[in-house]
Amino acid sequence: MTAPTELARRVVHHKLFWPVVALLVLLLAAGVRSPGFLSVTVQDGHLFGQVIDIMRGAATPLLLALGMALVIATGGIDLSVGAVMAISLAVSLQFLDNSATADQPSTAVVAVLLGVAVALVLGAFNGFMVTVLGIQPFIATMILMVAGRGIAMLITKGQITTTTSPPFKTIGSGFFLGLPMPVIIAAVAFVVVVIVVRRTALGMLLESIGINREAARLAGVRSRNVTWFAYAASGLLAGLAGIVYGAPTMAADANNIGLMKEMDAILCVVLGGTSLMGGKFYLGGTVVGALILTTIERVVIIFHIPSQTTPLFKAIVIIAVCIAQSPVLLRRLDLRRLRRASRRRAELASQEVPA
Amino acid sequence: MSQATSPVVEMTGITIEFPGVKALDGVDFRLFPGEVHALMGENGAGKSTLIKVLTGVYQAGAGRIVVDGVERTFSGTDEAQEAGISTVYQEVNLVGNLSVAENVMLGHEPRTGPFISWRAMRRAAREYLARLHVDVDPGAELSSLSVAVQQLCAIARATVVDAKVLILDEPTSSLQKNEVDELFAVVRELKERGVAILFVSHFLDQVYEISDRMTVLRNGRLVGEYLTPELPRLELVSKMIGRAEGELGSIEARAHRVAESAHDGTPRVRAVGLGKHGRVEPFDLELFPGQIVGLVGLLGSGRTEAARLIYGADRPDSGELELDGKRVRLPHPNAALRHDVAFSSEDRKREGIIGDLTVRENIALAVQTVRGVWRRVPKKEIDEIVDRFMEALNIHPRNPAMLLKNLSGGNQQKVLLARWLATSPKVLVLDEPTRGIDVGAKAEVQRLVIELADRGMSVLFISSEFEEVLRVSERVRIVRDRVVADELVNGPELTSQVLVERIAQTPEKGAVA
Repeated sequence: MTAPTELARRVVHHKLFWPVVALLVLLLAAGVRSPGFLSVTVQDGHLFGQVIDIMRGAATPLLLALGMALVIATGGIDLSVGAVMAISLAVSLQFLDNSATADQPSTAVVAVLLGVAVALVLGAFNGFMVTVLGIQPFIATMILMVAGRGIAMLITKGQITTTTSPPFKTIGSGFFLGLPMPVIIAAVAFVVVVIVVRRTALGMLLESIGINREAARLAGVRSRNVTWFAYAASGLLAGLAGIVYGAPTMAADANNIGLMKEMDAILCVVLGGTSLMGGKFYLGGTVVGALILTTIERVVIIFHIPSQTTPLFKAIVIIAVCIAQSPVLLRRLDLRRLRRASRRRAELASQEVPA
Repeated sequence: MSQATSPVVEMTGITIEFPGVKALDGVDFRLFPGEVHALMGENGAGKSTLIKVLTGVYQAGAGRIVVDGVERTFSGTDEAQEAGISTVYQEVNLVGNLSVAENVMLGHEPRTGPFISWRAMRRAAREYLARLHVDVDPGAELSSLSVAVQQLCAIARATVVDAKVLILDEPTSSLQKNEVDELFAVVRELKERGVAILFVSHFLDQVYEISDRMTVLRNGRLVGEYLTPELPRLELVSKMIGRAEGELGSIEARAHRVAESAHDGTPRVRAVGLGKHGRVEPFDLELFPGQIVGLVGLLGSGRTEAARLIYGADRPDSGELELDGKRVRLPHPNAALRHDVAFSSEDRKREGIIGDLTVRENIALAVQTVRGVWRRVPKKEIDEIVDRFMEALNIHPRNPAMLLKNLSGGNQQKVLLARWLATSPKVLVLDEPTRGIDVGAKAEVQRLVIELADRGMSVLFISSEFEEVLRVSERVRIVRDRVVADELVNGPELTSQVLVERIAQTPEKGAVA
């Protein structure tokens, strides 16, 4: 096989190939349909444009999906992230509402820390139920998914807490280095997670648990601690996502913040090439997954597709990417290629034999 | 099985390639009705691949398959089954949480209209099982039965589809002696009925007992086809491993080990009244530096359970464990590894390999867990460890980036040994380290164990093959009925026959401390 085709084969077989293709196709389609879609302008030193908006929109699902990817790697799932978003936002805004110095940056920082800390505790609670009590992850996290909104409601006393705190609002609608603040936060979170997971042995241990829990335990993996960590991290990131998501409006609507976001997060992870069976996970792919998800929502608007059919359109793109990544399909293609190659070789060999 | 009849299966020039490996290279194979044909070869010789070609799991790149005089290309297992080829795999491939009847009749359920007639199904299943002299309740859940009975159910299933060819891939690896006899009685009966049986096993005794003819493969190539009575055992082995007979003998000679002088000083491992309710009665055990102690007993006798307590894989509910004279508690395997104790499980697939990780990651795993999650073992250090053990244990193919699941069983076992040895343990607990691996690799593992002991490692060696235990161990402990009993000193007078007798003895009263 010649070098260029070998390179092409490796590119096509890369986990990220089809997700990236899908993303580019979506962006190009939107760009053709609506010229100017791909252009980015500078106003007051801030970047503006559809693409920037997509990145901003992808920040929340990405934060959720990063934690979700770790949980899924262990063979689990975290359905509570949407509810945790609502709780952490409720905690932060309630604190600001009760504070006399809500316009002080230090107060805003405390509010954020408080919200995230509560989320961390909730994530640890999920981890406790899964690892110590041995409840199936789906059920264990569903408890908080259902009960979480009630907790948020208690915190806001049944109201939609609205408050004003300019420094807190900056988290959602501010800019840093020309980019929207949520994009910066998501990027930093991504880098931190990658470092924590891939610069230590955590990633490998998470994968070993997801692939064969008992074998991993006998190899000395403290699977309880490692799994617990994944759920705690998922909770913490969900708390952060809630604050980033709710900061622009500063309204803690316990019933609607983060509704169905757990599904978006799972989708991002799966679109990025991670299997729900657990095991190998791909954080880079998860970023692409989050971008695809957000781009679809944009493209639907650009193409004037009636909003009722948005889920259908979403489903079509997702099905296409999933089929393209299907291991069965890849194996079939591989097998066909091999068979063709060996047949060619057999023909060559038979020609060489003197008649 | 006369030459006059034409073969029911004839495969010629079968070639198949996987990325980077030629798994089969122009292999011929034929199978006559009414014969038991053993397919022999080391791990990775291509036995499983050939079977998978015949059963339609893989499609050959080149070559012809003729079944019953008709040339076939199977593009799926269903097509092979329709042609009358049935397989019973090493790991029973039935549905554990369905009933026996459902498993036997799966896909051939008697129906009344669109509905399954459950009563007729149970009756039919009972008949098919009775023909194999298996008496089980067809309504019982399959997983509640012993592996042996499950295997017989799988064979019954093959008779339901009226198989012309029955493939038995390592059917005996997890069976007891009497269960093997039962299985063989069934095999002989099927043979009488004219079924062609392809038999794969690592147990040479069984191959010689049951087979009429054998085909030997080595490195994906055909070595030859022989009538079983005409091929002496030693010759077969040397054909399988491609080495001279003398060389093999020397391994055995070197491996034989007699009891050394009594050890003194503190034992490396000392268990006092260690036990777990319902698994193994409290037992005492001493293991000195450089000593190999064998643990023999039937499957389920408690030998594995005892080993697991020493490693902390299960928590004991009585007794104490001392390492180098210090009392320790091992609440989980990680603690054991930190105390330089390593344990290789008998269940390679469920408790050993992490198939979707690479060979490299699998070897490095235990070293990493000892060091902790946050202190990643430097790449250079892992490379050194991986290179050293892949070389020392002759792991093939020598590609650390391969996923472990793509290696043959014997090489997977070597990777696991590498994983444990990489932690440089002082105590190594080996539970069936040679199960399902070929003769050559077996000898390599035995030699390795002895070398390690010579360098001061303490080894607890568990195996169903008594010969093997006697070859390596200094002392042998007999385990029966959950009691770790008599300690025997190895010597010329200790034979596997003696061990069998000791295991069969009823335990004396008051033997339990």
